[in-house]
Amino acid sequence: MSLSKFQIAKRIAQELQDGYYVNLGIGIPTLIANYIPENISVVLQSENGLLGMGPFPFKENVDSDLINAGKETITTLKGSALFSSAESFAMIRSGRVDLTVLGAMEVAQNGDIANWKIPGKMVKGMGGAMDLVASAKNIIVAMMHTNKKGQSKLLPNCSLPLTGQHCIKKIVTNLAVIEIVDSKFLLKEYAPGVSIEQIIDSTAGELIVADNVCQMKID
Amino acid sequence: MKKVYKNAEQAIFDVEDNSTIMLGGFGLCGIPENLISALVKRGTRGLTCISNNAGVDDFGIGLLLKTKQVRKMISSYVGENAEFERQLLNNELEVELIPQGTLAERCRAAGAGIPAFYTPSGVGTEIAQNKEKRIFDGKTFILETAFKSDFAFIKAWKGDTLGNLVYKGTARNFNPMMATAGKITIVEVEHLVEVGELDPNEIHTPNIYVNRIFEGQNYEKRIEKITTQ
Repeated sequence: MSLSKFQIAKRIAQELQDGYYVNLGIGIPTLIANYIPENISVVLQSENGLLGMGPFPFKENVDSDLINAGKETITTLKGSALFSSAESFAMIRSGRVDLTVLGAMEVAQNGDIANWKIPGKMVKGMGGAMDLVASAKNIIVAMMHTNKKGQSKLLPNCSLPLTGQHCIKKIVTNLAVIEIVDSKFLLKEYAPGVSIEQIIDSTAGELIVADNVCQMKID
Repeated sequence: MKKVYKNAEQAIFDVEDNSTIMLGGFGLCGIPENLISALVKRGTRGLTCISNNAGVDDFGIGLLLKTKQVRKMISSYVGENAEFERQLLNNELEVELIPQGTLAERCRAAGAGIPAFYTPSGVGTEIAQNKEKRIFDGKTFILETAFKSDFAFIKAWKGDTLGNLVYKGTARNFNPMMATAGKITIVEVEHLVEVGELDPNEIHTPNIYVNRIFEGQNYEKRIEKITTQ
């Protein structure tokens, strides 16, 4: 069985470390906030201008002046700080965000990522993604291994317009945990019930199986 | 000099066709609702709008798109607006999409007397095409220029009659930089107070940047995605 999007989020939550400042993109990455280990403290950065993003509000506390980058209503926490968009991206560009997790349409084996445009079809824009991938110290991509047509999203080269180049180091999909080493995909973990052959078949780029490959630990 | 105006209609008396206008806000949060409505009513056309987003079909900048008053949008993300996408795919609307941090910094630079700056955002992508590149400490950067705009339309929470501003929550977003960047900066506030009522320690935008201010009315403050526990 491949992982659900909740299990992908759970697996990525294991990468969090005490004291991390983390930016979570829209979609699967947002779910990671629900699985932060209780024994560590991390600060969530929302690029529209908040450090210390809290959970969704109770119905009676909804505030139209308090939203996250996905335009959802949120709350502040003790110790939260509010600031402008210029300040927000100053933090991002200067490398103070320890970990960025975002979704992707395509990732190439050289670490290129495409997630903002399908020429002639989808015109939405890159939002903050280009700034985040250009500057974050550590970026994890959270995505399904294949697209809706069943085609691999892990490619020799991206076919869509790039969001950033040579910037992705780790990918967590519904099938596997994959690192990018020397411009190749390196299979580190497979999802419970998923065979290595299945992962190889679903990966269009060059995939090396790590010597110490193991099964993902998801409770 | 008197900066206080009675309402949005009066505050935009000299906004002409083909103006370039910055509009604060992220999604529908912190947008200048009264100024947008007044602009719809005024019927000013051929506008270039610099704003992170383009509103939704029936609110925010979406209202100006519906009436075809916008010639060009400069934004980072425009995904919530079907009318926008229709006009774009039919070549009725010109669009420049730029990274959000670059958008913010181009506003900041405009208000800070900085004509251009180098940023890593967009290196190796189509954003970098035809832009000057330079390597600092082994990393490639591209040159981006400050925006030029005729007007900045700003929404603040509180303001005094001199133009000192305080924003609330994440409604701050692009408003502080844009407030510094307009040739003429027009501000609507939820609460207009007398000089002396705001604590000087807590001013977000100092009054020197503000040309006109008024107390807005009938704030809708619509929420795009109400999410609760």
